[in-house]
Amino acid sequence: MQEPDEKKAVLNICQDHDNRPEDLVEILHSVQDLAGFLSDEALREIASCINLTRAEVHGVVSFYHDFRRAPSGKTVVKICLAEACQAVGCDALKEHATQALSIDMGQTSSGDEVSLEPVYCLGNCALGPAVMINGNLHGRVTPEKLDALVSEADS
Amino acid sequence: MSTVTVFVPKDAAAISVGADDVAAALSQEAQNRGIDINLIRNGSRGLLWLEPLVEVETPSGRVAFGPVARGDIVSLFDADFLSAGDHVLGHGLTEDIPYLANQERLTFVRCGVADPLDLGAYETQGGLVGLKKALELESTAITEEVTLSGLRGRGGAGFPAGIKWETVRKEVAEQKYICCNADEGDSGTFADRMLIEGDPFVLLEGMVIAGRAVGADTGYIYIRSEYPYAIRTLTDAVSRFEQAGLLGENILGSGQAFAIHIRVGAGAYICGEESSMLESLEGKRGQVRAKPPIPAISGLFGKPTVVNNVLTLATVPYVLANGGKTYSEYGQGKSLGTQPFQLAGDIARGGLVEKVFGVTLRELIEGFGGGTRSGRPVRTAQVGGPLGAYIPESAFDVHMDYESLSGSDAMLGHGGVVVFNDSVDMARQARFAMEFCEIESCGKCTPCRIGSVRGKETLDKIIAGADVEKNLAVLDDLCVLMTDGSLCAMGGLTPMPVTSALKHFPEDFGSARQAVE
Ligand SMILES: Cc1cc2nc3c(=O)[nH]c(=O)nc-3n(C[C@H](O)[C@H](O)[C@H](O)COP(=O)(O)O)c2cc1C
Ligand code: SF4
Repeated sequence: MQEPDEKKAVLNICQDHDNRPEDLVEILHSVQDLAGFLSDEALREIASCINLTRAEVHGVVSFYHDFRRAPSGKTVVKICLAEACQAVGCDALKEHATQALSIDMGQTSSGDEVSLEPVYCLGNCALGPAVMINGNLHGRVTPEKLDALVSEADS
Repeated sequence: MSTVTVFVPKDAAAISVGADDVAAALSQEAQNRGIDINLIRNGSRGLLWLEPLVEVETPSGRVAFGPVARGDIVSLFDADFLSAGDHVLGHGLTEDIPYLANQERLTFVRCGVADPLDLGAYETQGGLVGLKKALELESTAITEEVTLSGLRGRGGAGFPAGIKWETVRKEVAEQKYICCNADEGDSGTFADRMLIEGDPFVLLEGMVIAGRAVGADTGYIYIRSEYPYAIRTLTDAVSRFEQAGLLGENILGSGQAFAIHIRVGAGAYICGEESSMLESLEGKRGQVRAKPPIPAISGLFGKPTVVNNVLTLATVPYVLANGGKTYSEYGQGKSLGTQPFQLAGDIARGGLVEKVFGVTLRELIEGFGGGTRSGRPVRTAQVGGPLGAYIPESAFDVHMDYESLSGSDAMLGHGGVVVFNDSVDMARQARFAMEFCEIESCGKCTPCRIGSVRGKETLDKIIAGADVEKNLAVLDDLCVLMTDGSLCAMGGLTPMPVTSALKHFPEDFGSARQAVE
């Protein structure tokens, strides 16, 4: 996205919220949905629109796991690592994914293809291991199924 | 042949194992064969191991087939499944499947029955009766009915709903709020999600009743971002309620006003804690507030606020429609009514089991759940989410109600049951409890913020076999400190899974402990 466009888009989003500071979390969601991540410029713009300090905005951004300060890969793979999925082998699934992509959890593969992220519960606890790929939920995911899903999402 | 109605769930769990594919293939195959079907995307019945569960409406009732894969569609048609023909995936009448037949569905009575966004079907099946009654009652009469029902908060703390409502009702303020907690962060739980995706109107109805009872005209639903399917269904449900005049300035001509706003979380477990949720709703870091004041007196934006879990609010329409006394006749002692239990982890028949309080853990895991999915022996179950105790198989006869569980140093929480087989390493599970607290702590108080890090490091040493005896003593100390010194239950209950693992499975914590015991 080009910079002046982004600036305008951020202004519009803040305006949609009447520049209310209590809407900060929602504003951050909207800006991230649009731009893919929260850039320094976007945060500066948001802070000035809703009349908070940049430190205050940063405090909120850094508190929540969802908000990213750098772009993600084209495909975002969230692997549930919570107890119900542990009970059915999510650790092995995680090992497989990190090895296959040669990255750690929380990293993005070279060429910005795939980001691997841990998540603690997707609410699919009876059908684990659970994985969410670009917002789509998958259950009983084996290493083979994960490979197929990732290459499908990537293509 | 007249048009047959076929149901394929659009619940996220069903979709996760192929329900969308199955629905598409079904329509296609029907078309290929020149058969007219009426395909309805319903919620899930909660028999999740059978998902995608396809149901066919027949003169004798709905007949179930599952788990159906795309590749089964042709053979289903060949077997004339539209006339309840025999098929290996057939289970007969849905209502007669023992898993469902042996439940007491009050909160989930409609879940999975119809298209969740079909308001007409909602009303035909008993929806809006509670609201209509409430609109004719004085506010005190509503809170009294809820108190009489014995309904307690289903989010974890189990506080009586009627008493909370009455506190907010008595406050004098120009603005009050109803906040629905749909943050459902506990691993092993999915009842809130299933209800929102399967019968969202009942939650909205419950919130309007709550507003009427306490004198609030504005409600918020705080739903976690990990639930995109539920967010979409809920958003649609709110607009349909608005269009039907069930939200707005003058609900059903009663003069009662109520609006509902949806707010999406941002991936923080602690935001399920009510004061952290309120901070987040105000656009801030989700840092826990010190109590007092309680939210009922000073909650969202400092105003009197009811904070209730999805299931608590969604049970209120039943209470109003059938009377608090009827609801209270289910259950025992101070655990009245029903609890939607969620069977998860390594379990053969995972899903949602709404039962009267007092069912044993063994009945849930062995009777309903059928043991492990892997076929290995069950070793333990974690009950009540990541802050809940690990209960050993030998203690599965415990009754699942608030008092019996707390008497066993455990807790009900949000009703999640996560089953582990004999390959589980309990020292690693204890370590994870500390690690999870480290990741999700709001950082406000030291016992939780630092204690969890120390706890994880200490468990690493124990797992590595270094000075096991000494480190176990350090761990015990830390657990006492966290339990006694934390501001909220995040730090305060993280020791529960740790100490329960230590107590029941000492053999997993290094040779030294084994020698001592
Ligand atoms: C760490 C922590 C997480 C919590 N998460 C949730 C949650 O996800 N959903 C919920 O309803 N209650 C949760 N609670 C309980 C809430 O603080 C609060 O008791 C509840 O929302 C009140 O509603 P209820 O009385 O209807 O249960 C959590 C509490 C703590 C300490
Ligand atoms: S116990 Fe943990 S989560 Fe709770 S207030 Fe303290 S630091 Fe925050």
